Amino acid sequence: MNDAALEIQDLTVAYRNTPVLWDIDLDVPFGTLAAIVGPNGAGKTTLIKAVQGLVRPAAGNILVFGKPYRAQRALVGYVPQRGSVDWDFPTNVLDVVLMGLYGRIGWFKRPGGQQRKRALAAIEQVGMLSCASRQISQLSGGQQQRVFLARALVQDAQLYLMDEPFQGVDATTEKAIVALLKHMKSDGKTVIAVHHDLQTVQAYFDWVTLLNVRKMAAGPVDEVFTPENLHQTYGGGVAGPGSQLAEIDDPGDRG
Amino acid sequence: MVELLHNLLFDYTLRTVALGAAVLGVSSGILGAFAVLRGQSLLGDALSHAALPGVALTFLWGGTKDPLFLAMGAAISGWLGILWIQSVTRYTRVKFDTALAIVLSVFFGGGMVVLTFIQRLPTASKAGLDQFLFGQAAGMIMSDVAVMATLGGAAVALVLILWKEFKLLCFDASFGRSIGLPMVRLDLLLTTLLVVAIVIGLKTVGVILMSALIVAPGAAARQWTDRLGVMVALSAGFAVVAGVIGAALSSTAARLPTGPMIVVCLSTIVLVSLFLAPRRGIAWRWLRAQHAGRRLRMERVFADLYELSRQHEDPMHAHDLATLHAMQAHPAGVLDNLRKLEEQGWAHEVEPQRWALTDRGLEHTHELERGNRVANLGKET
Repeated sequence: MNDAALEIQDLTVAYRNTPVLWDIDLDVPFGTLAAIVGPNGAGKTTLIKAVQGLVRPAAGNILVFGKPYRAQRALVGYVPQRGSVDWDFPTNVLDVVLMGLYGRIGWFKRPGGQQRKRALAAIEQVGMLSCASRQISQLSGGQQQRVFLARALVQDAQLYLMDEPFQGVDATTEKAIVALLKHMKSDGKTVIAVHHDLQTVQAYFDWVTLLNVRKMAAGPVDEVFTPENLHQTYGGGVAGPGSQLAEIDDPGDRG
Repeated sequence: MVELLHNLLFDYTLRTVALGAAVLGVSSGILGAFAVLRGQSLLGDALSHAALPGVALTFLWGGTKDPLFLAMGAAISGWLGILWIQSVTRYTRVKFDTALAIVLSVFFGGGMVVLTFIQRLPTASKAGLDQFLFGQAAGMIMSDVAVMATLGGAAVALVLILWKEFKLLCFDASFGRSIGLPMVRLDLLLTTLLVVAIVIGLKTVGVILMSALIVAPGAAARQWTDRLGVMVALSAGFAVVAGVIGAALSSTAARLPTGPMIVVCLSTIVLVSLFLAPRRGIAWRWLRAQHAGRRLRMERVFADLYELSRQHEDPMHAHDLATLHAMQAHPAGVLDNLRKLEEQGWAHEVEPQRWALTDRGLEHTHELERGNRVANLGKET
């Protein structure tokens, strides 16, 4: 498959004796906004981490634009979960965004004016320019998420892996992120995002992977995001797309 | 005091001690700041205790108290402590704090056994080895300082060279790995530098209290700044000040152990920082809360005035003080708050006991209506 941004073959990841991901085969086509959807403990975050070698798979093969991840690292941008860092760390917005360039700046060197300019451009893209010198401990949840997005943007990658970019953000930020994602798509970027809110999958994404340890379904949202597939993934009790009746408030409650 | 200052400059012994303590302060302050940020404060404690058997066994093996030689032993022992902690947390279900406690007590216990054994030996050179418990700065000579400066200088230089990598390690290690930086090795290196910083201070401060010199300066420095560079520099500064004062006091006539003296100085710095630092200090927060409370009470009176004005066709209509009293649960402060509103230019006393909004006050009510005022109050504190 030549047009796949990400190819995953036979991926299995286990924590101790429990398989977290079981025999995943997945191709995400170039230029899509792809959601990874599934209940808590389905291995969504693990999948994102396994792609980048942050967790060691028990088996499997991962290709980014046709080559192993290690060779393509510079083409991949990463937005980790917002809660994964200490936001009381003594640093400011610009500094965090500059971290996205650390891989390129090289050892022993400090970021210079050129890098600073690029970081500020990314900060502007997420609508945070007025906060560039703000202390990160003073940011709201939505602003923290935007900072992480800006840090990924300066990486100037082709494939972006995002872990719950909409987690706990305000409505304004959610809109801003959606606009940003569409913009990235029109720039020919591929985005793969872990997503929790089933109600917005159709509106925000054009490709979806339903995951529950195994890959339950993957493909264009129109074809794959069906009540039957969701039922299979979540084990029942979940409203289908477009339905107003959610029998369980949070599909992730399954644990 | 003046005499002590004079001695610091001109007395050879005291000058050596102060110099050594300053060198020690720089390295432990800088690496301690990173340890505090990484939530590894207790690791410093475990590592310094873990160094004791290293010191004792190297002496037993080599029969010399050469500082570099003993430092090597201490470093190896501390290193083994790290490996132990890491492998216990990685390969068993034992948690990090338990692993720390195990290493701390096992190594320290083992070290004490060897140390006691050495004390019973007939050799004369054993004297002074027990200083490694609580530290003794008095006996420091220039060759000690040279060893400390070489090791500490190398550690500090590495931190400066790898500044941005270490910053990323402390803030978001998994992102660092995703962009291809060898975070596991950087982690090991930074922890090793922490071991070096600890080893340097063992003889002066002692294994039991060395962790104070690692943790306290960083914790105090964090209070005063929100910038990593400033924090690290401040941390070094605090450690130097406490180290020099503590070492100088202990090496004067009283012959007090140096570790406790330095800890007393550090505690003062930490206490002052916790209470008085702007923004993060307890006193500052309390004052802010008081200020915010006063402001809120004033705005409630203002809101009452606005409420009354809305019930009138003319929003500038004056209202009786008694009416405003009746609207508040604690009428005592109403008049004071009205006077404050007058100072702000939001309200004025039209005639005695009768108050009305001003034009500016009316403008301000629109802000209040949008909820800006109240929302901002919450964010400023």
